[in-house]
Amino acid sequence: MAFLSNLISGISLGSVYAIIALGYTMVYGIAKMLNFAHGDVIMVGAYMCFCAMNYWGLPPLAGILLAIIICTLLGIVIEKLAYKPLRAATSLAVLITAIGVSYFLQNAALLIFKADPKVFPSVVTLPNLRLFDGSLIISATSIITVIVSAIIMVALTLFVSRSKTGKAMRAVSEDKEAAQLMGINVNGTISVTFAIGSGLAAIAGVLLCSAYPTLMPTTGSMPGIKAFTAAVFGGIGSIPGAMLGGILLGVIEILGKAYISTELSDAIVFAVLIIVLLIKPTGLLGRKINEKV
Amino acid sequence: MKLTKALALIMALAMMFALLTGCGGSGNSASAPAEEPAADTAETAETAEAAEPAAEEAAEPAEDVMVFHIGGVGPLTGAAAIYGNAHNNGSQVAVDEINALGGSIQFEYKFEDDEHDPEKSVNAYNALKDWGMQILVGPTTTQPAIAVGAEANADRIFLLTPSASSTDVTDGKDNAFQMCFTDPNQGITAANYIKDNAVGEKVAIIYNNADAYSTGIAQSFTDTAAEIGLEIVSTTTFTDDSANDFSVQLTEAKNAEADLVFLPIYYTPASLILAQAKDMEYAPIFFGVDGMDGILDLEGFDTSLANGVMLMTPFNPWGTDEATANFVDAFVDAYGSKPNQFAADGYDCVWAIYEAIQEAGITPDMSNEEICDALIATFTGGFTFNGTTGNDMTWSANGEVSKAPIVVTIQDDIYVNN
Repeated sequence: MAFLSNLISGISLGSVYAIIALGYTMVYGIAKMLNFAHGDVIMVGAYMCFCAMNYWGLPPLAGILLAIIICTLLGIVIEKLAYKPLRAATSLAVLITAIGVSYFLQNAALLIFKADPKVFPSVVTLPNLRLFDGSLIISATSIITVIVSAIIMVALTLFVSRSKTGKAMRAVSEDKEAAQLMGINVNGTISVTFAIGSGLAAIAGVLLCSAYPTLMPTTGSMPGIKAFTAAVFGGIGSIPGAMLGGILLGVIEILGKAYISTELSDAIVFAVLIIVLLIKPTGLLGRKINEKV
Repeated sequence: MKLTKALALIMALAMMFALLTGCGGSGNSASAPAEEPAADTAETAETAEAAEPAAEEAAEPAEDVMVFHIGGVGPLTGAAAIYGNAHNNGSQVAVDEINALGGSIQFEYKFEDDEHDPEKSVNAYNALKDWGMQILVGPTTTQPAIAVGAEANADRIFLLTPSASSTDVTDGKDNAFQMCFTDPNQGITAANYIKDNAVGEKVAIIYNNADAYSTGIAQSFTDTAAEIGLEIVSTTTFTDDSANDFSVQLTEAKNAEADLVFLPIYYTPASLILAQAKDMEYAPIFFGVDGMDGILDLEGFDTSLANGVMLMTPFNPWGTDEATANFVDAFVDAYGSKPNQFAADGYDCVWAIYEAIQEAGITPDMSNEEICDALIATFTGGFTFNGTTGNDMTWSANGEVSKAPIVVTIQDDIYVNN
């Protein structure tokens, strides 16, 4: 029973990583850049939802919608202001800019919301699920998290493979110049990618803080790094890869903590990553050819 | 092409570096002689300042006014901000009270932010030294206090920390004193209290093994428990980076059938533990230490989760004795909320220094070293102090205060003495 309960915690934590990893992987697949500010967009989303619910008295659903809208806009603005002018620059310059944006967001949040941690009210108010006469209790937040991330993954896969914009994304991902010659609006497509990634970050922020309700300006940074690891683990650029990587990472983290050592859980996670990359350098589901989205 | 570009960039950077270091060297030698005249002007400024109080004295023939420069260091921003702000506000209330007495001893008080970072704390300390600090009240937290303690020891500046509770803060430093009880002391008191009052039979410990404060208390608790035969059924840890998910630690405690969970940690992770325990319908007695103080002020925290939580604190803001009531009233007037124990410790620190200065007969024109030695002699020489965090406090030669933690239970958002 303890194993099952740990496994469920792992899948639930992993689902949050997976949603964040989707943002990393999409941006990497299309713009070929690592958006390290992604973790901090999560934090902004969580703060927006917190403000909407606690200060402006909006219902949770409105709070989530507001967070998604603000984060989507934020993603577009960040892309336009910080990354677009560097489209032709070296990838190192863009990477450093992304780190700069990350610090900017963290410190802006520190100025506005101050350093004191805030306790995030859970957006999930359903009762816990009790199985086997109460010997296994699954929190409603965990269930919702897993369901939401599954829906997001299916929707995103369909969007990328079926819709026109999705087709454009895949084209840009394969060859930017050729896509442009074919009449695809490359800048527009990259903006849409950032918008979707940031919108997902808002959802991830709300889910993360519903499960672990401490909200601070640095809330997004550690999950951001873990999710980036998950994206690499699953094969960066691949949507199912991000999902698989995220869930595996969460499960390894929790099971490592439970059965090996609470002190070494992060070391175990990263050791597994190193081993996987040694055996399969492109990640679990990564492909060598440039067909990544 | 790309490679040559990169190479050129690296070369250019290397050249710039070489230039900069060259500049730094020559800049230093150039500025050294310039310092002296600057020092001269500072002196003249000082004499001018000194002349001013003299003029005031002529206006109102009171006794000699002695102004001491008291510095404070602590985190005003960052994750531990609540402690530093409380310390600063508490000390400020005491300074205002002392200055309002209009006696011969007046305090000029300045507080610098260290963000709970040892390096920044030393910077803050140096800034205060430049300002003319004679006595230091702080740093608030343990790691910075260890770093600053070494500097202050070398500079011979007297240091009284309100709340840095590790023994490392005072070990080997004759000038460092504590207003709070030490970490080992908390662990010992907690273990004995739980055993003597049969609060719990089977104990689980969850602590932060990346934090000296938390490991210190957990260690002494474990040792004492082994001595007195208190059964510990589960010991699990976390670090600052993994202070999010406690499901594993709680599951282990629950499966080991622990009826009491000892939490020698700060209140932020503790609030998560309380919430997650409720989610998994695990309801043992939670027993915290002084770091749990502040949990009721956490914005958005569902305070009903804290009902029944026990913690150790030297100060109960709902206490009814006169010293506490006066301080709480003054603090509420100034800042609109009740003080926590860090504020009370900060308040007591300033008053203790005030009384010690009187007892030792220190004057502000003495050098820092003379002040430091005189205060050390006073604090270790039978000086007793009555404050809001305890009565008849005395200090041992290694800087530890004699006072016992009291155990309180949180009940409907207030602390109830046991």
